[in-house]
Amino acid sequence: MSNTTNSEASAAEDARVDLEAEFKTSNIQEVLDKLDNELIGLKPVKTRIREVAALLLVDRLRKKFELSSETPTLHMCFTGNPGTGKTTVAMRMGEILKRLGYVREGHLVTVTRDDLVGQYIGHTAPKTKEVIKKAMGGVLFIDEAYYLYKPENERDYGQESIEILLQVMENNRDDLVVILAGYKDKMDRFFQSNPGMRSRIAHHIDFPDYSAEELLQIAKLMLAQQNYRFSAEGEKAFAEYLKLRMKLSHFSNARSVRNALDRARLRQANRLFADTKKKLSKSDLITLEADDVLASRVFSEGRTDAEDTED
Amino acid sequence: MMTNHGNRVTQGQFSFLPDLTDEQITAQIKYALNNGWAVNVEYTDDPHPRNTYWEMFGMPMFDLKDPAGILMEVNNCRKTFPNHYIRVTAFNSSRGVESPTMSFIVNRPKNEPGFGLTRQEVDGRSIRYTVHSYATDKAEGERY
Repeated sequence: MSNTTNSEASAAEDARVDLEAEFKTSNIQEVLDKLDNELIGLKPVKTRIREVAALLLVDRLRKKFELSSETPTLHMCFTGNPGTGKTTVAMRMGEILKRLGYVREGHLVTVTRDDLVGQYIGHTAPKTKEVIKKAMGGVLFIDEAYYLYKPENERDYGQESIEILLQVMENNRDDLVVILAGYKDKMDRFFQSNPGMRSRIAHHIDFPDYSAEELLQIAKLMLAQQNYRFSAEGEKAFAEYLKLRMKLSHFSNARSVRNALDRARLRQANRLFADTKKKLSKSDLITLEADDVLASRVFSEGRTDAEDTED
Repeated sequence: MMTNHGNRVTQGQFSFLPDLTDEQITAQIKYALNNGWAVNVEYTDDPHPRNTYWEMFGMPMFDLKDPAGILMEVNNCRKTFPNHYIRVTAFNSSRGVESPTMSFIVNRPKNEPGFGLTRQEVDGRSIRYTVHSYATDKAEGERY
């Protein structure tokens, strides 16, 4: 190695930079591990996040050699069925991008059509701009983005909002990351009528549905977070429940699991309450038994407990 | 006196220094945001020191995390009023304060004619003094 007396900013041609050390100082492994532990399944999503992390890390090293390259666009589009974890991942995205030094603050601003589109002429632009200003330095998450564009009403103000967004996505790339989310088929239709939007989004990530085992794991994780657990029979019963529930209509993955667990907790409380004579131990309070799950109408009548309330 | 040689208006913070760069403005805004103050962009073409209420450029910006959004508004305002005075103020809404806590000029006209001193003779030998901005001889919007 030659005696490099260059300034710190520009390393010499033959200097070596330590990818490993850079990786460690960014603490990115911690975030990725957290992602792995707390989010079950979602293989393609994790792979893409890993790729993005690698790209940003290499980009940072390239800067040390003064190899200029344009800031990569990180606008994303999350598509997938209900309850597949789109919002959860978006929340993590802010933190990850902050660790990698891509955004400055890393906060998440979640908006829907209501927050962006105004009610009368001249109302939309200030509204959209205000939201954009709030999201700067972080991530702007537009849930159900396809509602922004309503083709059946040509005087709809949504188009104006889209145009402002496009402009900001192009000009203020360093300042914010836009993530659009929605159901696959509707998003496809949205992009067909807004090709400008499609081309400005580099990462289209599809969230797959969970398998039955993954859902069971998710259920256990959810229970653990609330200090509950299944008994051995309870777990078996819940696996059975999932198998039946997945075939029914309006199944929305992790969200349905959460609702089912909430109802099981309700029945558990009821069961404990009915048996008032017994002194309760701690394990009574935290264990969900098979009965709590099996009382679901999915078993007896083949329909959901709350057909009218659940989406 | 609110003028100095070179006729540069000196109001608010940093006004005796050379004009702030965008980077320095960003750092000041960041300080305001970290303190939880709401930041405004205001403009005027009447530089009289008693003219405290300037026109607001858009709404005050609450709940921002990052100065980039405010700098964007500052630049918009500069584009709209390239020859006006533009200042950034930070409003502290905590109980008991409830007033602007920062104010600094981020844009000024290329040519600042400064102020004249008008003397009015009253009651025998008494004299009343008035500070008068040469710019305000012209109509609003045509001053600079």
